[in-house]
Amino acid sequence: MKRGMMSSILFPILFAFAFLSSPVFSASDLILAKVDRRIDLTSQVVRITTSLKVENTGSDVVSEILLSFPENQAKHLAYLKATLVEGKGKVKTSSGVGLPVKAVQPNDVPPALTIYSVSLPKGLEKGHSLMLNVLAVFTHTLQPFPEKINQGDIQLLLFQESAQYLSPYVVNAQSLTLKLPDARIESYSKLENAKLQGSELKYGPYENLPPFSFLPMVIHFENNQPFAVAKELVREIEISHWGNVQITEHYDIIHAGAQSKGEFSRLDYQTRPYLRGASAFRRLVAKLPPRAHSVYYRDEIGNISTSSLWGDSKKTELEIEPRYPMFGGWKTAFTIGYGLPLQDFLFGLDGKRFLNITFGAPINELVIDNLFVKVVLPEGSKDISVSVPFPVKEGQETKISHLDIVGRPVVVLEKNNVVPEHNEHFQVYYKFNSLSMLREPLMLISGFFFLFVACIVYSHVDISISKSSASYLAKLQWDEVQAITQLVHGIINRFLIAHDKLETSLHDLSRTGDVQACKATRKSVDSSLKELSKELKQPLAFLQSSPQAAHILPKVEELVTKERELQEKLVLKHTTVVDGYEKKLGGREIENRIASYQQKITALRREVDDLMDLIDEI
Amino acid sequence: MAQDLKPSISSFSLPKTLKLKTKQQELLIRVATLALIYILAFITRLFSVLRYESMIHEFDPYFNYRTTLFLTRNGFAEFWNWFDSESWYPLGRIIGGTLYPGLMLTAAAIHSLLRFLRLFVHIREVCVLTAPFFASNTTLVAYFFAKEVWDSGAGIVAAALIAICPGYISRSVAGSYDNEGVAIFALLLTFYLFVKAVNTGSLAWALGSAFGYFYMVSAWGGYVFIINLVPLYVLVLLVTGRYSLRLYVAYNCMYVLGMLLAMQIRFVGFQHVQSGEHMAAMGVFFLLQVFFFLDWVRHLLSDTKLFQAFLKITVTTAVTVGAVALGLGMASGYISPWTGRFYSLLDPTYAKDHIPIIASVSEHQPTAWSSFMFDFHILLFLFPAGLYFCFKRLSDATIFLVMYGLTSMYFAGVMVRLILVATPAVCLISAIAVSATVKNLTRVVRAKSPAVQSGSTKGTSSAKGSSKGVIDNSQPFQRNGAIVLLLGAFYLLSRYAIHCTWVTSEAYSSPSIVLAARGAHGQRVIFDDYREAYFWLRQNTPPDAKVMSWWDYGYQITAMGNRTVIVDNNTWNNTHIATVGRAMSSYEDEAYEIMRSLDVDYVLVVFGGVTGYSSDDINKFLWMVRIGGGVFPVIKEPDYLVNGEYRVDKGAAPKMLNCLMYKLSYYRFGELTTEYGRPPGYDRARGVEIGNKDIKLEYLEEALTTQNWIVRIYKVKPPKNRW
Repeated sequence: MKRGMMSSILFPILFAFAFLSSPVFSASDLILAKVDRRIDLTSQVVRITTSLKVENTGSDVVSEILLSFPENQAKHLAYLKATLVEGKGKVKTSSGVGLPVKAVQPNDVPPALTIYSVSLPKGLEKGHSLMLNVLAVFTHTLQPFPEKINQGDIQLLLFQESAQYLSPYVVNAQSLTLKLPDARIESYSKLENAKLQGSELKYGPYENLPPFSFLPMVIHFENNQPFAVAKELVREIEISHWGNVQITEHYDIIHAGAQSKGEFSRLDYQTRPYLRGASAFRRLVAKLPPRAHSVYYRDEIGNISTSSLWGDSKKTELEIEPRYPMFGGWKTAFTIGYGLPLQDFLFGLDGKRFLNITFGAPINELVIDNLFVKVVLPEGSKDISVSVPFPVKEGQETKISHLDIVGRPVVVLEKNNVVPEHNEHFQVYYKFNSLSMLREPLMLISGFFFLFVACIVYSHVDISISKSSASYLAKLQWDEVQAITQLVHGIINRFLIAHDKLETSLHDLSRTGDVQACKATRKSVDSSLKELSKELKQPLAFLQSSPQAAHILPKVEELVTKERELQEKLVLKHTTVVDGYEKKLGGREIENRIASYQQKITALRREVDDLMDLIDEI
Repeated sequence: MAQDLKPSISSFSLPKTLKLKTKQQELLIRVATLALIYILAFITRLFSVLRYESMIHEFDPYFNYRTTLFLTRNGFAEFWNWFDSESWYPLGRIIGGTLYPGLMLTAAAIHSLLRFLRLFVHIREVCVLTAPFFASNTTLVAYFFAKEVWDSGAGIVAAALIAICPGYISRSVAGSYDNEGVAIFALLLTFYLFVKAVNTGSLAWALGSAFGYFYMVSAWGGYVFIINLVPLYVLVLLVTGRYSLRLYVAYNCMYVLGMLLAMQIRFVGFQHVQSGEHMAAMGVFFLLQVFFFLDWVRHLLSDTKLFQAFLKITVTTAVTVGAVALGLGMASGYISPWTGRFYSLLDPTYAKDHIPIIASVSEHQPTAWSSFMFDFHILLFLFPAGLYFCFKRLSDATIFLVMYGLTSMYFAGVMVRLILVATPAVCLISAIAVSATVKNLTRVVRAKSPAVQSGSTKGTSSAKGSSKGVIDNSQPFQRNGAIVLLLGAFYLLSRYAIHCTWVTSEAYSSPSIVLAARGAHGQRVIFDDYREAYFWLRQNTPPDAKVMSWWDYGYQITAMGNRTVIVDNNTWNNTHIATVGRAMSSYEDEAYEIMRSLDVDYVLVVFGGVTGYSSDDINKFLWMVRIGGGVFPVIKEPDYLVNGEYRVDKGAAPKMLNCLMYKLSYYRFGELTTEYGRPPGYDRARGVEIGNKDIKLEYLEEALTTQNWIVRIYKVKPPKNRW
C-alpha cells in the first residue's frame, strides 16, 4: 500500500502548488457550463470521455480551447480526439471527424501540466456556446496492487484521478462516472457526493469551481481482464500485384498485470481454471478482414496448433492460444500471417496506386508499446508517399525477397503507445508499371532457358583440353566405329526384314496358290537384297581398315557371313517351294523337300538374332 | 585425321538423326527412370512435412540446426572458434573442435547458393530438406555404383531399391537433419569412386575418392568404417592374387590424400597416424609398398631362387619392423588404443559391461530379427541371392561389394543404428540379384518369340512339331515357368514398394517432438508439450538460467529453449552425466546440495503418467542410477529395486519412492484422476497406482507443468536465510 498512498498524497501537494502559482487563466473569457466525464475502467485501457459545454463570456472571438492533463497522466496518453457536437436539444450528433489537436506550452502554465489546444473550425463568438466531446485514452495507468500475486489470487488494481475536472477554465457544473468491471471493489475515496451504484461509481455534481480545481480520488478494484501488452509489434504488409496482400505480424507479448509469484500448479489450473488462474489469460482473438486466407500462427520454434478460425462475409475471426496460459509477468512471442485479396485494399487514383489498410493490430484490446508498420511495395515502385491520420515516425528501407535484384522499397512507420483506437485506415501512394510484374516470371523462364541451352551446348561441344592426344583421337575413332557398327546393324536389320517378306510371300502362296504374285515379290526382294549388299560394302570396308574396330570386327564379319548363309538358304527354300507349286506337288512333298533348309534357317536365324543383340549392346 | 573422318560420320548418321535409335531410346528411358526415381526418393520422405510441419526432428538434429543457424549468422571463422557456454555448464564445449562440420557446412552452402539465386528461404527449410535431397543424390550414386559393378540394369534397380528402402529412410526423412543424412551419400560416393579407381587405375578417380572420403570424414564418425574396409579389401585382393598396378595407384592416392585432407578436420586431427583404429590402413599402405618393391625386384632378378631368398628376407624384415613400430607406438602411448565404441562394435556385450552410457541408448542395442525384416523386407532374401551372382562373376568390383555387404551386415547385427550403413550394400547386392534374375528370365521369354512367329507363319502345325527338332522340346514349359517367375518377382517388388511406403508413413515420419494420437472420435490429437515447455523456458526464465535435465533433452533445451544446460546428447563427459544421474537418484536434500554446486536454476523432467507416453524419465531412471552409480558408488542400483524388480507402486523400494526423480515426476500427481474408474494417481504409462501420493517439495517449486503433464519444470529455490 505504501507506494500507492505516497503518490496519492503527492497529488494534492503538487496541485495545490500549481493552483496557487497560476492565477492567470481565471481571467479567460471561456467558462465550462457543464462537464460530464465518464471513465471506462473495464479493460486495461482507460478511456475518459468528456463532454464539455463551452461558453464564451468574453468579448473576443475564441478559436481554440485548451485541455489540460497532469504530467503523470499525459505521459500515458495514447490517443486524444475532440469532436464537435452539432444540433440542439435532444438531437445531438457528434461528427466523426476529429478537430485538430496540438500540444502547447503556454508560458503561464506550470510545467506539471500538459496542455493540448483544440482548434475550432470557426471561432466561438461572444455569448455563444458549443458542445465538445473529448476522448482520451490512456495505457499503463492502472496499477496492480498488490504487485505480486499467487496463482489463486485475483488481480486488484488502483486507479487515481481527480474527482473534479482539471481545467484552466471555470467550471460551473460537473459530474464524473467511473464504469467498473462487474466485480469486487475493495475501496474507493469516499468524498462528498460519492455514490456507488452497482458497477458504477459517481462523483458529483460539483458546482462553480475555479480553474485548476483538483480533488484526488483513488479506487481499488478487481479486474481480471487480459492485460496483454505487445512490447513490440512488427506488421509487415507486402503487396504483390499478382493479387495478394500478405500480412505478417510479429508479436512480442507480455502479461502486464500483477506479477505472478510462487508455484504454478497445473493441477489447480486444470481443475478450477477460473478460480486458480483468474488473472491469467489463455486466448486472444484477432479480427481479421473478410476473405483473409492462408492464415498461420507460429513462433520461432514452429507451428502452434492451438488456434481456430471462422469467418463470414463481414470478418474473419482468429482465436489463438499461446503455448501456455499467460500469467502476470509471463512473456510470449509469436507470428501470425495471412493473405488478403488485393482488390479489397489497393486502388488507383490519377495514375497512382494506393494501399488503404488499417494501421493497428487486429487483436482485441491489445496495447502496443512499439508498433512498426512496414509496407513492402513491389520492386520498381516510385514516388512513394504516405498519409496517416495521426503523427508517426516515417522511414524507408529496402527488403530483398525472392527473385529480387535491387530489392523492394519498404515504408516504415513507427508509433509508440498504440491502442485499438488507432485502428484507422492509412494510405500509401506509389507509382508502379504493370509491365514490371512480368519481370520475375521472365527471369525464371530465361534462367531455365539458359540452363537448358547450357546443357545442350555441353553435350554437343567438344571440351577436351588436348585435341591431339592419343586417347582423344582414339575416342573419336571409337565413336565413329560405333556409329558405323550401328549402321551395319541397321542394314542387317533391313536384310532380315526382306527375309521376312520372302517368308510372308511363301505363307501367302500356301494360302492362295498365286505363284505369279510370289514370283513378283521374289524379284523385288532380290533386287533390294542386292542393293543392300552394295550398301553394306562401304561400312564393312571401313570397319576392316579401322584398328579400333579390331575386336568387334570378327563378330560383325560373322554376322555378315551368317546372314549371307541364311539368305542363301532362304532363297533356295523359296525356289524349291515355288518350283513345287509350279509342278503341282502335294503339300507334304514340298514340306519334305524343304525340311532340311527349314531346320538350318531356324538355327541360322537364331544365331543371327543373337549376334544382332550382341552388336547392339556395343 | 579427325577432320577427314568427320564428314564420313555425318554422311552415315545424319539422315537418321530424327528417328531415335534403339540406343538413344534406351538412354532416354534410362534417364527418365532415373529422374523419376530421384523425385520419388525426395517426395517419399516428405510425409512428416505434410502431416506435421516443416520442423527439425528428434534430438541430435536440434544441435545440428542450432550450429547451422550460428554458422549462417556469424560466419565460418566464428563457427570454427565457437566456445559454447550454453552446454555442459560449467565446463562448456568447444563446438568447432568437437563436431563433424560437414552437415552444417553443406546446409549453409546450399542456403547461400539459394540466396545467390535470389531464393530467400529460411535456413530451417534448407535444414529440413537436406536429408531428402541427399537421399535423392544417393540414388544416383547407387545407380553409377551398380553400373560399375554389374550393368546399367542393375544400376536402375539399385537406385529404385535404395530410394525407398526403410533402412535408409529412417535416417533421412525431411526434418531428420542429422549427419547420417549426408554421410550415407558420402560413404557410397567414396566407395563408388574407389571401385572406379581400382577398375580403371586412374589417378583422377582415386583423387575423387580421396575427396569423397574427406567429405565423409567431415560429416560423420562412421568414416572409420571406410578407413578399415578399404584396406581390408586391398588385403583380400593381395591374398587372392589380384594385385595390380591399378590397385596400387588407387589405394595409395586415396589413402595418402584422404589422410592429409582428413587431418584438416579438427575433431579428427592426427588420429589417422595416432589412433589404433586407423592403423590397419597404414599397415596396408606399407604392405602395398613392399609388394610393389618385390614386384620390381622380381622384374629385375631373372633367377627365381635368388628372388625366393630375397622375398623371405624382405617379408620377414618388413613384418618385424612393422610389429616393432606398432608395439613401440602402443607402449609409448603415441598410438592410442581402441576406443570403447570400437570395442563395442567388435564385441556386442562390451558396452553393457563397461560403458553404460553407450548401452543406455536404444539405437545402440543389438538388432532384432524383426527390425531387419522391417527395414529390408524382401531385400533380406535377395541379399544372399545377390551374393551368389557376385561370386559367380567375380571381379575386383564384385569382391568389394561382397566385402562391403558382409561386414556391414555384421555391424548391422551388432547395433540397430548401423542398419543404415548396411542398407546401401544390401540394396546394391539385391539389385544385382533382381536385375540378373529378371534379365535371365526375360531372355528365356524373348528367345522363343521369333521362333514361335516363324513357326506360326509356317501354317501347318503338324509339320512344325517335327521340323523344330530337339532344341525346342523343353521350351514351352520353360517359357511359361519364366513368365510365372517374372510375375512373381514383380509381385514381390510391388509388395516391397507397398511395405516401404507404409513403414515410412507409419514409423519413420514422426518428429517425436510433437506427439500425435487418435482421440475418442477418431480425430487427431496433438501433444505439443515439449515445445510448450521449451518456449516457456525461452521466454520466462532469466537468459542465464541453468537447466538440469537428463542428457536426452540437452540439445533440445539449448536449441529451442535457448538456455544453458548441464549435460546434453554429446555425452563426452561421463562424470558430469553421472553427477546429474546422482542428483536425480538422491533424496531431495542431497540433490539440492548437488544442484547448488552446479548452479542449477531449473530442473526439467519428462513424465508420461498422464498420457501414457512411455519413453519418459521414470522409464529411463534405471540408467540414471546405473550411470550415476558407475562413478559415485553411493548410488547402488539394488536400493531402487525390490527383488530385482523395478516398480513405482506401493511395493516400490523406499529409496525409489523418495528420490528426486520420483518426487518431481509424481508431485501432486496423487490428486489427479487420469482414467475413469481408476483411483487417483493412476500412472497410465506403467499401468499402476503410484506408491507415494503425498509428495512435499522443500527445495524446489513447480514452475510449469505442460498441458498434458509431459514436461514438468521445477524452480530451485534460493537457499534459506540462516537467521
